[in-house]
Amino acid sequence: MTAPPRISTETGIFAGTRTLLYKEVLRFWKVSFQTVAAPVLTAVLYLLIFGHVLEGRVKVFGEVGYTSFLIPGLVMMSVLQNAFANSSSSLIQSKITGNLVFLLVAPLSHWAWFAAYVGASIVRGVAVGAGVLLVTIWFAPLHLANPLWIVVFTLAGAALMGALGLIAGLWAEKFDQIAAFQNFIIMPMTFLSGVFYSVHSLPPLWRTVSHLNPFFYMIDGFRHGFFGTSDVSPWLSLAVVAVSLAVVCGLCLRLLRIGYKIRH
Amino acid sequence: MPAIAFRNVAKTYVSPRGVVRALDDVSFDIAQGEFFGLLGPNGAGKTTLISILAGLARATSGSVSVLGHDVVTDYAAARRLLGIVPQELVFDPFFSVREALRIQSGYFGVHGNDAWIDELLAHLGLSDKADANMRQLSGGMKRRVLVAQALVHRPPVIVLDEPTAGVDVELRQTLWQFVARLNKEGHTVLLTTHYLEEAEALCSRIAMLKQGRVVALDRTSALLAGTASTMLRFKLDRPLPPALAAGARVTGRIVQLKAHDAREVESILAVLHAAGCEPEDLEIGRADLEDVFIEIMQGATPPQVAA
Repeated sequence: MTAPPRISTETGIFAGTRTLLYKEVLRFWKVSFQTVAAPVLTAVLYLLIFGHVLEGRVKVFGEVGYTSFLIPGLVMMSVLQNAFANSSSSLIQSKITGNLVFLLVAPLSHWAWFAAYVGASIVRGVAVGAGVLLVTIWFAPLHLANPLWIVVFTLAGAALMGALGLIAGLWAEKFDQIAAFQNFIIMPMTFLSGVFYSVHSLPPLWRTVSHLNPFFYMIDGFRHGFFGTSDVSPWLSLAVVAVSLAVVCGLCLRLLRIGYKIRH
Repeated sequence: MPAIAFRNVAKTYVSPRGVVRALDDVSFDIAQGEFFGLLGPNGAGKTTLISILAGLARATSGSVSVLGHDVVTDYAAARRLLGIVPQELVFDPFFSVREALRIQSGYFGVHGNDAWIDELLAHLGLSDKADANMRQLSGGMKRRVLVAQALVHRPPVIVLDEPTAGVDVELRQTLWQFVARLNKEGHTVLLTTHYLEEAEALCSRIAMLKQGRVVALDRTSALLAGTASTMLRFKLDRPLPPALAAGARVTGRIVQLKAHDAREVESILAVLHAAGCEPEDLEIGRADLEDVFIEIMQGATPPQVAA
């Protein structure tokens, strides 16, 4: 056996990112029944049940039917929840099984960790969102008033949730804590963000509370891309999402740089 | 330039029981091409020291460098030069052996190295397991994959943290032949182990840690010569007379006692006879590293630190 010179072909702060992104995508894709098909089915069940019960009873945006209104909400909810689930579950699994050591001994910068985990979260979020859209689009008429808003809010929302999942994964020491984060923070905030209703139908107090929820702006801005109308201006939504994204990404990068709870 | 340089490394933890000093002012160098052993009882700080070297932990003070690259300020360069075989038997259950090795290469920015991966698999007896999922492998096989993963990027410095704990004899032999060969080809090897006969056979130089401090650092031959005592070994079916029990190393029926010369041997035998003991399989042999280790850990000799 000979020991020829090493053949590193990547340098710079993003060296290794491509492989880590590939590994993270491959990880969820190998169990896609659970990570993609199952959330699509869940969203379809919501559509069938709520659409059946509430169609014609709930007034949303002018002429827009309730089922049509519901579809983009469910798509975005799936994008957000799955983006969060991907980075958080991958990281906590690696921490608990101990195989995070393979990443820790590698020369990956905190930028590389961030880009790869958040990138994979976006891929999973978009995959599930596209799946939900493909299956639900047949249930009600849907327009594409402004596809650019759809793309912008999908990517920004998935990135925000991927980074938040990364923070949760770093912070948590057991699966229980991730589940708590998911069930007590992410779930209520998505459910109370206007996925299933227009916040204009809420009493003033709850409307104000909804406006403090960043998830509301992600859903509302995304929906604007379909109907050209929304509860608030898409520019306001974009501003809120952009600021939230910057804050969460900044915190996430800082925690990765200091090796929070992973380098002792 | 040393392969690895530890400079005044200290590590303190705050635990519920108070402040724990895991490492206390540890300084030594490992030269390029050396086969170096790091020994010490459980809790002596071996794994903490390796963790700081690998970037898994951070020193409270002091510094560590690999071929001149600081492991904190120049971590990317330092880690590219290091191959770490971790102590825990960890694996990623989502991937096959080949996938795991390709992915690990990619983390180091190395692509298209399938020929090297095949060579590693062949040398570690893993060729027929290349496409098996990691979950299907036995413990010994997983250990071999860990070794392969540490070597995918061809690091000049290899660190093995108790690689043979719980490993069968055959794998231990394969592993040592392989690592000895890498060392002969110029790789620096840092090994921590509980098997002192392994350290004695493989390592040219040894550091011993006790409670976070270096208590011995010398060539293996010098450490062995330092005690220079002979050992009297025999089997005994009854308890040792109290007069001899203090200095004895007892493993089941086997008793080992230090005896510097023939007169000491005679006096030990006299005590045994007086107590009515009948030693079997009596033999006199040279002290091995285990004896040196025990002597140093018991603080029988003052710490000897040679440059």
